[in-house]
Amino acid sequence: MDTLYEIMEKLLPFSWVEYNFMKNALLAIIIITPLFGILGTMVINNRMAFFSDALGHSSLTGIAVGTIFGISDTNISMILYAIIFALLLNYIKRRNALSTDTVISVFSSFSMAIGLMILSRGGNFSKYSNLLVGDILSITTGEIGLLAIIFVITLLYWFLYFNRLNSVGVNVSLARSKNIKSSLMEDSFSILIAIIVMLSIKWIGILIINALLILPAAAGRNIASNMREYHLFSVLIAIFSGISGLLLSYYLGTATGPTVVIIAALIFFITFFIRPSKDK
Amino acid sequence: MLHSKDKEQKNNIKGTHDHYNDSACGLHCIKINDISVSVGEHTIIENVNLHIHCGKVTAIIGRNGAGKTTLIRAILGEIKHSGYIEFMDLKDKTMKDLMIGYVPQYVNIEKNTPMSVYDLFAGYVTNSPVFFKKNKKVYEMIKEQLSIFDASDLIDKRACDLSGGELQRVLLAIAITPVPNLLLLDEPVSGIDRNGMELFYKNIQTLKENYDLAMIVISHDFEFVREYADHVILLDKTILKEGSFEEIRQCDDFKKVFGGRLY
Repeated sequence: MDTLYEIMEKLLPFSWVEYNFMKNALLAIIIITPLFGILGTMVINNRMAFFSDALGHSSLTGIAVGTIFGISDTNISMILYAIIFALLLNYIKRRNALSTDTVISVFSSFSMAIGLMILSRGGNFSKYSNLLVGDILSITTGEIGLLAIIFVITLLYWFLYFNRLNSVGVNVSLARSKNIKSSLMEDSFSILIAIIVMLSIKWIGILIINALLILPAAAGRNIASNMREYHLFSVLIAIFSGISGLLLSYYLGTATGPTVVIIAALIFFITFFIRPSKDK
Repeated sequence: MLHSKDKEQKNNIKGTHDHYNDSACGLHCIKINDISVSVGEHTIIENVNLHIHCGKVTAIIGRNGAGKTTLIRAILGEIKHSGYIEFMDLKDKTMKDLMIGYVPQYVNIEKNTPMSVYDLFAGYVTNSPVFFKKNKKVYEMIKEQLSIFDASDLIDKRACDLSGGELQRVLLAIAITPVPNLLLLDEPVSGIDRNGMELFYKNIQTLKENYDLAMIVISHDFEFVREYADHVILLDKTILKEGSFEEIRQCDDFKKVFGGRLY
């Protein structure tokens, strides 16, 4: 870690580089943003934007349920709860009784209300309100390590299973006729999103985590014509908005998450207007 | 024009499939035994028995809600059903694993999705990650498979920009890569214009003549059924009547379902 710090101090000619919290934040951004850029491509293709939004909101409930069971590590309780929540949603979705939007909406509101009720007991909610916007400057080196591990896992998953995941998204029956295990793919992807959203929510914030997942990929879609361009643009846009957002928030004294989201949104609008005229 | 294209198609097939028979051998048989599907107390289809040989087109007709798509999904193994499916090689009387190809009615590709035909196709037939780089070998193979249905020039187009007919030719090519024993087509001509339909029928004929596979087609298009189906099944929860289209057309159940219109 110290050598990394030294390298950064040598390479970056900025005054903020002397603060360790800024170096940590930069490292975290460099890991989280490409991860979100990659995952976002499939979240949009498979129409899971609402699903990932609901997952983000479920984090409060995860913490709340954790306090009841006496789990002190909020990461563990959030991740466990989010995985159960995601699998339950998938299960109900497959039963096909209601439309997906309705199912997600019902469960998300119910779960969030439970979380808020528990956490607000005794008027203590304000201590959790920092989760809403997140604080990337408070990230520690151990937590960066954890993000790096999940980054490697995601890349592995993507290289091994991306094709199958994409195929399931296009048509489940067709995928099954090609011996692709559709439920396994959907569930594993949901679990992956659950873990990543939960591990980054403290730094990004509940209110904007979904924007960070969706915006880079949505902007990439505007100008890409195949999967390779889609991923490339999405990752580049995510990293660019992440780093420039962090720096801008440092100089402006604003919260990092919203600043990043605003830059990503601006890029979305720009790409929307410059997209090739071939799309009628 | 169409004629010369046809010839080209046949040549392509012979070129790429030397190891397959040039036409169906008629010695593979698929038996669908006593398939029933119910959800809760509600029975959707019951006691469906079918006997299908390679090289034959079986058409399923019936009113909306008769359980046609449910039957296809049961054959695909996608929904819970009772009964079983056997696949037998009559040459040596051995049971084999049935490979099923499927051409869906819809695909879930939204407007503006950056997914080329290559990406779509490769997703189903290889694990070489399409987001990373184009695999040259896979690319050539896909191009060759697409050429069977005159679609090789679509390979770099975005799947969401294709017309209904173009998309369907791509889906057909995906379904027969690798060549299955049974090909299922769910209302293949919905949303396709007249020209596209004719091309599609030609393609079905090409498949029938050049591949060792059996086909089940759900269709509302009686012109197609009359011309191309070897066997027709009138389904309404269970098989009401089966036989040639002429035989079906005469029966009372057909008239009840479709009215006395001019078929």
